Amino acid sequence: MKALNRRAVVASLLERREGLLVVAGLGAPAWDCAAAGDHPLTFPLWGAMGSAAMIGLGLALAQPKRRVLVVTGDGEMLMGLGSLATIGVRRPGNLSIVVLDNERYGETGMQKTHTAYGVDLAAVARACGFATARIIRRSAEVSDVRSGIYRSKGPLFFQVKVKADALPLVLPPRDGAHLKHRFREALLGAQ
Amino acid sequence: MPGKASQPHSAEALDWPAAIHSALKSQRVRQVSYVPDAGHKRLIELCHADRSMTAVPLTTEEEGIGLAAGAWLGGERAALLMQSSGVGNCANALTLAATCGFPLLMLVTMRGEAGERNPWQVPMGQATPEALRLAGVRTLRLGRAEEASAVANTAAKVAFEEQGAVALLISQQLIGVKSFEEKR
Repeated sequence: MKALNRRAVVASLLERREGLLVVAGLGAPAWDCAAAGDHPLTFPLWGAMGSAAMIGLGLALAQPKRRVLVVTGDGEMLMGLGSLATIGVRRPGNLSIVVLDNERYGETGMQKTHTAYGVDLAAVARACGFATARIIRRSAEVSDVRSGIYRSKGPLFFQVKVKADALPLVLPPRDGAHLKHRFREALLGAQ
Repeated sequence: MPGKASQPHSAEALDWPAAIHSALKSQRVRQVSYVPDAGHKRLIELCHADRSMTAVPLTTEEEGIGLAAGAWLGGERAALLMQSSGVGNCANALTLAATCGFPLLMLVTMRGEAGERNPWQVPMGQATPEALRLAGVRTLRLGRAEEASAVANTAAKVAFEEQGAVALLISQQLIGVKSFEEKR
């Protein structure tokens, strides 16, 4: 079975995104979100590896009426594995995590990650109390992911198996203060 | 007792965790994350009991740096409680404060200071002020119970009005030293 194309998955999740708030983990997930269209309510990370899910939790707790999506990679999620347990304590119903799992550290030479050796992130999320935790392998299932992140009671976790190919770079802005200010202004108005 | 501390021996003046809790509340802190320390026991309980706050237990301190950044993106203020041993765990996550200018309020109970009976607490405790400085975090010091309200309010203003990163270091002499003797 052919793994999914990460850009196509992210594009289908972020088209007609309504009021969705997005945190993008560093590396390819941030490029994928940029390729889907740079947006002030997307906060892409260029560092602080392992933090994406926790930024999503803080945002979801602060904005309980908005849907919050963390899009990150398997390497980034592995570095913040404990945050799945922390999310499992508060279980915000408006938070979803999509891990684009290519089983590789794509920015550093395509070394295998733990998931390539069989580590099951969705099972970890399930054990931590996520309402839904699934591995997604087929394009027909991507619509389930989309309906979940926009409508289902969370926290939701989708580990989406994607091809390990290096795609053209599409970079978001890298000025962290700018990314922060534009997000808050778009969400909260002028401060 | 010199100076303006007119009621240094009243129970209220000496309940410094309650004074910190009141300061956090008056500064509109809504998310309080923590890795426990015995010195934070009462403050953690007060935050859990406060319906205006969401208390978030962490598996490791760096999670709280991300949580605070997400809270700020969503328009809320956060505080992060830990002991000094946890400061080292935060190093790379502090990139968020240094690069993006996220406000950050850390409340750090000190180990490895005067009278410490666990030598394994000493290296990180002794390195804590300098480690924070290297990571771009300002430090303030709380050494006396009657100063808790004023110092905690100052720290919160540094974080949320100056929009800086600040750690309030709570001295071990204020907390007491862990005895390692059996409780009876």
